[in-house]
Amino acid sequence: MSPSRKPTQASRRSVYHRPVSLVNKPTHFCPGCGHGTAHKLIAEVLDSLKIREKTIGVAPVGCAVMAYYYLNCDISEAAHGRTPAVATGIKRCLPDRIVFSYQGDGDLAAIGMAETIHAANRGENITVIFVNNSVYGMTGGQMAPTTLSGQKTVTSPCGRDAHTMGSPIRVCELLNTLDAPWHIERVALDSPAGVRKTRKALLTAFKGQMEGKGYSLVEILSPCPIHMRLSPLEAVRFVKEGMVPAFPLGVFRREGKPVA
Amino acid sequence: MRKRVLMNGNDAIGEGAIRAGCEAYFGYPITPQNELTSYMANHMQAHGRVFIQAESEVAAVNMVFGAAVTGRRAMTSSSSPGISLKQEGLSYLAAAELPSVIVNVQRGGPGLGNIAPSQSDYFQATKGGGHGDYHLIVLAPYTVQEMHDFTIDAFALADRYRNPVMLLTDGRLGQMMEPLTLYAGRPQKIPAKPWALTGAKGRKPNHIRSLLLEDGALEQRNLHLQAKYKTILNELVGYDEYLTSDATVLVVAYGSSARIARGAIDQARAKGVKAGLLRPITLWPFPRARIRQLAGKVRGILVVEMSAGQMIEDVQLSAGDRVPLAFEGRMGGGIPEESAVVRAIQRLAKPPQRSARK
Repeated sequence: MSPSRKPTQASRRSVYHRPVSLVNKPTHFCPGCGHGTAHKLIAEVLDSLKIREKTIGVAPVGCAVMAYYYLNCDISEAAHGRTPAVATGIKRCLPDRIVFSYQGDGDLAAIGMAETIHAANRGENITVIFVNNSVYGMTGGQMAPTTLSGQKTVTSPCGRDAHTMGSPIRVCELLNTLDAPWHIERVALDSPAGVRKTRKALLTAFKGQMEGKGYSLVEILSPCPIHMRLSPLEAVRFVKEGMVPAFPLGVFRREGKPVA
Repeated sequence: MRKRVLMNGNDAIGEGAIRAGCEAYFGYPITPQNELTSYMANHMQAHGRVFIQAESEVAAVNMVFGAAVTGRRAMTSSSSPGISLKQEGLSYLAAAELPSVIVNVQRGGPGLGNIAPSQSDYFQATKGGGHGDYHLIVLAPYTVQEMHDFTIDAFALADRYRNPVMLLTDGRLGQMMEPLTLYAGRPQKIPAKPWALTGAKGRKPNHIRSLLLEDGALEQRNLHLQAKYKTILNELVGYDEYLTSDATVLVVAYGSSARIARGAIDQARAKGVKAGLLRPITLWPFPRARIRQLAGKVRGILVVEMSAGQMIEDVQLSAGDRVPLAFEGRMGGGIPEESAVVRAIQRLAKPPQRSARK
């Protein structure tokens, strides 16, 4: 459409607007970071399900803690790793509210692994959003439980050595051994299609919680260019070509049953 | 006369919590407080309230954090090693000003220690325990009746000051049975909590935070907390006195030790020594002014504790150097003998002896 042409009624129709659940301010995240995209997707899902006013988020330590700057809903901090325990306390007291946690890989799979597994095993009716970018962000690029074998970080300067530092922990597969979880899915912010799939996974998880189905976890593979020591574009490629082979995408648990 | 029941101290706490309107209890097994966790398992669900046996002490205190975030009355209990694990959570609860009740049925330490009663967590309870400048309100019951009553008080104080409250007791009081009268008053009125997270319906979102990175914000939060603690110091000091009006020897003891001290005071008086007891009920805030006042009237102060001597430091700060200070105590689950306390009182009562040789 040329700028001189008068817009028709149809062309004036809004095709995109900022979600009400997202605060109108630029994020402070590093260029190319996946957190901003993940925040936006959560906000879109809260909008589309019309649950913003009954949602309570829990944001722990790490870059994830900043969620209350950007998500326009009630949010509590949690001590490092204790996120599912805090979410459990909230949900059990207010079972008709929607409760989600927003956790990084260090929070969820290192210091908070016990809380993660036991909240899942109790089948708490909460939604866990797990942003896996293979590295500690806020503290400066240390090795995470999900750091790939051979990946260099400031605390694995010669690359992660499986013999002394362990191999990356696959959280979805681990939790899928439990009886209780209702939905477990891994997605990646590695392409426009990946972003759309992530939104859909979040929608499924939140919808399930609204219907009282139980525990859901969405693992989002996400770029952290600064600590992956890559440009934003290369970081997206690293997610696709480095992380996805180590962390296969897909639905692991659907409607409470393991997907074969 | 109201009906009396026979209960152990741990159960009396549980029943107190239920009658105080505790909506959520989170616990983890540890001796000697297990009766309390099973009491809550049996009774909370029957009242349609939340009970979870958590995966750890750490998870339990953070579940309390979550429950308190919603504005509900919540409690956890444990014993010394487990309370050590909860310290991180206590710092966060204090920082976020979340009303909550924590019960410590103390056992012998350090380390895994043993399961016998002890009072060696006084420093941890009253001086911080976790990181940062904060205080818990600390209540010290000395009968099963007080285990019950103080639990109810603890919930009210937690709400009034938006602060975690610790009930500091020990395995002896937890395990022993005594007759008591259960609280039969009206349910306490819980104050409005506009800060609670309930979903941002028709209002701006609420946030519960303790991370304050903005320039000066954390200092402001600390100044606010300290101002609150000052109010608590002014309003809340609680203590009990026994035969102090004519006392020449003052005994200071709390909880189980105060029971022993009371018996020793009666014995000392029978032997002609006028002893009296000051029993702190609030360990923080500590009855500093009253001890200072009494210190000016007595010949000596004896502190009795089931520890190496922890509260004695607060007594010293209160009394200054005006009067000789003595300590009688045992550690590692040992209980001071009444006769040993009597002898310590008698030693203090003697006028200072001049050296015969010069």
